[in-house]
Amino acid sequence: MMAALTKNFVGLGRRVMNSLWRIGIGARFLSLILLNSGISFSRFHLTVKELFFSGVMSLIIILVAGMFVGMVLGLQGYETLKRYGSESALGSLVALSLVRELGPVLAALLFASRAGSAMTAEIGLMKATEQISAMEMMAINPIARVVAPRFWAGVFAVPLLAAMFSVMGVFGGYLVGVVLIGVDEGSFWSQMQSNVDFQHDVLNGVFKSCVFGVVVTAIALFEGYDAPPTAEGVSGATTRTVVESSLAILILDFILTALMI
Amino acid sequence: MERTTLDLWVGIFVVAGLGALVTLALKVGNLGTYNMSETYQVEAYFSNIGGLKAQASVKSSGVLVGRVSNITLDTERYEAKVTMSIDKRYQFPQDTFANILTSGLLGEQYIGLVPGGEEGFLKSGDVVKKTQSAVVLEDLIGKFLFNSAPEKK
Repeated sequence: MMAALTKNFVGLGRRVMNSLWRIGIGARFLSLILLNSGISFSRFHLTVKELFFSGVMSLIIILVAGMFVGMVLGLQGYETLKRYGSESALGSLVALSLVRELGPVLAALLFASRAGSAMTAEIGLMKATEQISAMEMMAINPIARVVAPRFWAGVFAVPLLAAMFSVMGVFGGYLVGVVLIGVDEGSFWSQMQSNVDFQHDVLNGVFKSCVFGVVVTAIALFEGYDAPPTAEGVSGATTRTVVESSLAILILDFILTALMI
Repeated sequence: MERTTLDLWVGIFVVAGLGALVTLALKVGNLGTYNMSETYQVEAYFSNIGGLKAQASVKSSGVLVGRVSNITLDTERYEAKVTMSIDKRYQFPQDTFANILTSGLLGEQYIGLVPGGEEGFLKSGDVVKKTQSAVVLEDLIGKFLFNSAPEKK
């Protein structure tokens, strides 16, 4: 009885220690990226290339998703607001929920599953096929050459994608609310503008998405670089990237919202 | 892919992203109406400001003429001191009324200015003497109960 109980506690303690240990290694990895990121600015085309693969290639999913999220918000918001006779507040409802929460969070979640998992798989496979070791043999720092440009590309891309997501969402809400249902266009826009504050809502949303960009890319790169160099290891790392970054986004979103309000 | 096409696409991406940010700021947000040209500061004392907040609008005849810039409690009079920034284009007589009003039944509170008839205009730093506090629902209910209690007998 006693022995079984101790065994459970030992298992729990080992897990906690392991995850703390991984967070520590991750933080050291992040500081290593920051220290070695000179090359991603002096040879900027490296970053631009990664920006193409993680940012431009994610555009379509972000735009389409944003549009449909906005349309759903328009429909649901209208149905709810109608009960209180305040359909004119639809514009501010759609814009506030997008700019404050849905834009940054959903864009980062989509980015994590679209670009983050690809980053992990790419770096993990580079490691498995010993390309990383080959670079080290040629005295090229793989973190500066491979990892840092991807990091900065992700950090640049996520806020821009989040802003586009919000704009597309507002447009989708406009389509459903004003064009389809027939909410008054003037009150839609004027209520939106009088209720969305630039500093308190827009800038805070941008700040959130910057934080998400750093976290998602750092997790994706760390998992890729840390993956065991086997087929199984890379697949596990890709899964972990999506799970960990999604959880990190949602938890951080709560913390940041609580700090900002 | 060729390097120029890649650069082109990334350029388009960055411009579109920045454009989205500007759209958010100007079209969705209130940055377009944020900075009024030139303003002058006017103070007013209220015994109760209700739910009035900084950045609330100051309106006259329904037209936005300024914003509440600061709210503090004056410990000499124990009244709320509200500082308003009013657009230089709009001048108000010295005996202007400042009322705290509510837009709609459950809307935000704002300050409504009702101009009086005096010759001189309010200058920067002046105090609006005639004010009317916010209507507090509990007070109203209290008064109503107080007034209707004797009638029941």
